[in-house]
Amino acid sequence: MMRPRKHFAVFAAAAAIALMTAVTPAAAQNTLRVVMHSDLKIVDPIWTTAYIVRNHGYMVYDTLFAMDAKGDIKPQMVDKYEVSKDQKTYTITLRDGLLWHDGAPVTSEDCVASIKRWSAKDSMGQKLMTFVKELQVVNPKSFRIVLNEPTGLVLGALGKPSSNVPFMMPKRVAETDPNTQISDYTGSGPFVFKKDEWKPGDKAVYVKFDKYKARSEPPSALAGGKVVKVDRVEWRSIPDHQTAINALLAGEVDYIESPPHDLLGVLKQDSNVKLVNSNPLGNQFTMRFNVLHKPFDNPKVRQAVLYALNQEDFLKAVVGDKQWYKTCQSFFPCGSPMSSTKGMDGLLASNFSKSQALLKEAGYDGTPIVLMQSTDLAVLTNLAPVAKSLMEKGGFKVDMVSMDWQTLVARRAKKEPPTAGGWHAFLTSWVAADILNPVMMGFLNASCEKAMFGWPCDKEIESLRDQFAKETNLAKQKTIAEHAQVRATQYPTHVPLGQWYGPVAMRKTVDGTIEAPVTAFWNVTKSAR
Amino acid sequence: MLAYIAKRLVATVPVMAVVAIVVFMMLRLTTGDPAAIIAGDNATSQDVAAIRAKLGLDRPVHEQFMIWVGRMARGDLGESFFFKKQVTELIVERLEPTVALATSTLVLAVCFAVPLGVFAAVRRGTWIDRALMGFSVLGFSVPVFVVGYLLIYLFAIQLAWLPVQGYQRIAEGFGGFLLRLILPSVTLAIVYIALIARITRTSVLEVLGADYVRTARAKGLGDLPVLARHVVRNAAVPIVTVIGLGVALLIGGVVVTESVYSIPGLGRLTVDAVLARDYPTVQAVILLFSMTYVLINLLVDLSYVLLDPRIRY
Repeated sequence: MMRPRKHFAVFAAAAAIALMTAVTPAAAQNTLRVVMHSDLKIVDPIWTTAYIVRNHGYMVYDTLFAMDAKGDIKPQMVDKYEVSKDQKTYTITLRDGLLWHDGAPVTSEDCVASIKRWSAKDSMGQKLMTFVKELQVVNPKSFRIVLNEPTGLVLGALGKPSSNVPFMMPKRVAETDPNTQISDYTGSGPFVFKKDEWKPGDKAVYVKFDKYKARSEPPSALAGGKVVKVDRVEWRSIPDHQTAINALLAGEVDYIESPPHDLLGVLKQDSNVKLVNSNPLGNQFTMRFNVLHKPFDNPKVRQAVLYALNQEDFLKAVVGDKQWYKTCQSFFPCGSPMSSTKGMDGLLASNFSKSQALLKEAGYDGTPIVLMQSTDLAVLTNLAPVAKSLMEKGGFKVDMVSMDWQTLVARRAKKEPPTAGGWHAFLTSWVAADILNPVMMGFLNASCEKAMFGWPCDKEIESLRDQFAKETNLAKQKTIAEHAQVRATQYPTHVPLGQWYGPVAMRKTVDGTIEAPVTAFWNVTKSAR
Repeated sequence: MLAYIAKRLVATVPVMAVVAIVVFMMLRLTTGDPAAIIAGDNATSQDVAAIRAKLGLDRPVHEQFMIWVGRMARGDLGESFFFKKQVTELIVERLEPTVALATSTLVLAVCFAVPLGVFAAVRRGTWIDRALMGFSVLGFSVPVFVVGYLLIYLFAIQLAWLPVQGYQRIAEGFGGFLLRLILPSVTLAIVYIALIARITRTSVLEVLGADYVRTARAKGLGDLPVLARHVVRNAAVPIVTVIGLGVALLIGGVVVTESVYSIPGLGRLTVDAVLARDYPTVQAVILLFSMTYVLINLLVDLSYVLLDPRIRY
């Protein structure tokens, strides 16, 4: 019979062993533990434009075409495509061996149904469909897109890198009403979504799809071979930035998608962690106008804002470190094909006297500008105070109204006058991949009622956007984009406020990350410590 | 006694009804639109309107309320706007971490706070008393998240003894479960220890001066038997009351602690649901918290009977 003291010793030893066992991460070697910018709550990338759901889409689904590192659109699920001489028929043939996660082959019927569902939701898809006469299934591996008239949008839209991305889904899934969320998560992408392990608010799990047939080309942004080199990717939900960074430093997670700029210093000091800019195009800060109400119904007053502001002040106030930002005198992201400085001379240089002169000319009566400030997203909080200060120097009276982002999202949809719960302006940030040309750039849509919140209304801009959509020659497209930019300085819809980059933080054991406008986990390796 | 319990249980019905109405109306009056949040930043007004219609948010508020009450009457808490799951399912998933955290905190707090409070009272006016009460003031003055970050820095980053964050279900291993619960429980317990220790000290001091304690000592009883048999038991009623009332504090603390330690419990669910304006989830979780609070108060009242034979219901 053991004495009590001996009992205690045995218990203590057992407890210690149990605790030590618990510290050892089980099979961590091939599991990439990632903290994304947000928790995954919705899993239908067509139903919502949220970036986290788009990123989920790239894990689980594949695309017909994809954008490479040079910004060119390359075949992805597509083996070959032919364009008829009159440029009105695209015949698309799928690669051999493409399978859904349930083992069924991917067919052209699936793709046609997927294009239809996507185009019902996505603005570029809607634009494309205005040119489409018919989508014809030729055989299980081929389909045709028959157009009413030629357009340069087909490949650009089908290879669109950001929300909503035309992901391919099985026909039975793609036939879901576009306004209803899908409940079958079968894809044909490089990872399989583990629905049984998905716990919103905790983690989302993806495992390698062993039967995925990767392209033979090396990976290049979202194009090329999507070769998966880890067994499992876990998206851990850690909403608190400080906790996420502590977890990375302690080796509990391997990768943080978007650490805040003010905490990058902490990460730089740790020899086990590296910072990588995996999105060379970055993001663009933007001020959006509401043109429905005085004084912003007058383009001259909005032009005055373009003269009063400068990009450096915004970038310094939010990002701080010059390594992670650059000024860019272009509506289209610098480094992208449509980027140009045409029409930007003298703008965004804080020329306050010019701003004041324009306001005088426009008969500005001192009506306060209701400027909405988002206070809960670190990357946006400092933008509005900078705008207020510069606009006041430029002759405006500004009433900055602070609120959380979700309140701002609801308020920006209101068309009421600013004195009755509406607004004049707010500041936000765009992922550069979303604003690469006049058709993609949502804020350049000037179709009045149908335009995004702010509701600009300009026939000339709309005409240029249509011309761009119809043009198939890249050089001519660039010229049209330049004209659209010049028009946007005369009839300002929004103000580009500079480009910024959010580095990814990862343990040095992680390698092979792809430079792309979207976070992707194929090609990524994780070595032993 | 049974009649009293039945009466108290019946009385919870109007309380819960008021809570339900207030929560429902407050959410509807709060700015923000769940449909706009769901649709994402690039969505058009038409997309947002379609989602709003799908969620039934385009109906008049009184109609939405009646639909919700009707579902509640059938025991259906509704479906989360975001998680595409029944709210009941979400709550069940998140219950274990919160119950584990709250229970371990409570056990830790009571085990430390009551002896510390008694000790401080017995050593009244000495440096030990002052030190303990100083700690007590510090304990409930420093915000929970600050304590959390300091403990993480020391025990997880510098010493690497404990994990920074996360939760392991008890079914996945008791060792890991316990290990991941230590820092969050200590973080949350510090406030609670501070509160209970102060009340215990005050209550014990009051009893220590009572005639029956003097009589017990005069009979020749030692310090420990006097404390155990006469002092602590008679001082227990206010202490138990504070523990019960402190559950509200615990609920608030759980919300912060679960965020700092990334524990997927009801606290995190509440924060996420509020930020996303997920009405069905917020309504259900607040009702659950309110119900818990009401029931704990009932249990506290009933415990008086055991602690003080003079109390009868």
